[in-house]
Amino acid sequence: MRIKRREFLKTAGGAALLGFGGISAFKVLERGRAEASAVLRDPKALTGKRWGIVVDVSKLNVETMKKCMDACHREHNVPFIENPKEEIKWIWKETFEHSFPETEDKYLAEEIKHMPLLVLCNHCDNPPCVRVCPTKATFKRKDGIVMMDMHRCIGCRFCMAACPYGARSFNWRDPRPLIKEENKEFPTRMKGVVEKCTLCYERLDKGREPACVEASDGALVFGDLEDPNSEVRKILGSRYSIRRKPELGTLPSVYYINVGGIEYA
Amino acid sequence: MYDGWKIIIGIVIFLGLLTVPFFFAGEKATAKPDPKLDTPEIMKLPEAERKCVESKDYMKREHMKVLNDWRDWAVRDGNTIYTSAATGEQYDISLQNTCMKCHSNKKEFCDECHNYTAVNPYCWDCHIEPKEEEI
Repeated sequence: MRIKRREFLKTAGGAALLGFGGISAFKVLERGRAEASAVLRDPKALTGKRWGIVVDVSKLNVETMKKCMDACHREHNVPFIENPKEEIKWIWKETFEHSFPETEDKYLAEEIKHMPLLVLCNHCDNPPCVRVCPTKATFKRKDGIVMMDMHRCIGCRFCMAACPYGARSFNWRDPRPLIKEENKEFPTRMKGVVEKCTLCYERLDKGREPACVEASDGALVFGDLEDPNSEVRKILGSRYSIRRKPELGTLPSVYYINVGGIEYA
Repeated sequence: MYDGWKIIIGIVIFLGLLTVPFFFAGEKATAKPDPKLDTPEIMKLPEAERKCVESKDYMKREHMKVLNDWRDWAVRDGNTIYTSAATGEQYDISLQNTCMKCHSNKKEFCDECHNYTAVNPYCWDCHIEPKEEEI
């Protein structure tokens, strides 16, 4: 049987119509996702383009540092493990020498060298951990937070190798029994995943500042680095500040001011 | 047939052994799961407010997809308010702080069907389940 051009076009057009119809019918039948438009951001949520923290080292002392660490670790069910090879830390104490090894201040007083500072995930603008994560469990949110999606972490620890600040910890064992006091509002982690500071995304999304900032008695200031009128920008605009390992190009969002001052108690 | 009665007795014993678990388990093995909705938290609510975020039928069928979506919205997008398609009411997106605040009976609610269908969701490796009083 020979097909005339006219008939061929008719059949082809009909088939195409049927095909499109099929796709839309399939879409109607596919009821997998609930309506995406039904999801909103909490109106109370803090919004910024790039969250950052300014640490005023002169206001830090052993007590405030402990307060910050305790507040964070209690809030996020971070287990207490003494063995430094297995410990989990979101925000912790580190000496000046180890926090800023590139400064090479040859004649710096021992006091300042060994002065403890508060360090945490830097929520880098160019985060190496995000680049290496094979499952996108670590990703950068629109507001600059370098986040962990624990559901996706496969425990490969590439991110730990990539992070130049040691801000990540691996769960070598089930952390549950080692949590002193469970916060029932926040999940724990399981054996075999990497965890780190999430800049209290859960608090920001409900309109509250990070737990460490709240507990710090003003030593830590939180704000949007992209907003020229924010408090952090005012401080950074008027003071000399340093960041950890800036030469690596990770562009950290945590700034330190008044480092090595005599005010340090 | 040589020794026919021996063979027949053997077959009877074999069949008996094979079916023993069914006799012992009885109804339990085939009983349909019956998730309980009568937690103290739900019973405290007035009758009209005893509703889930979506219709019962939808939740029964699609709750795993709802949870999947909720997780992505809250963790990855930072959107934490869910508007119910059924009632238009708004809910906080949170397994621990929204779902389990009403369904405080994980054993009788979640596990009931999950055990029956032999699925093992790993929610509770990380999420803290509500404390249940031993009955």
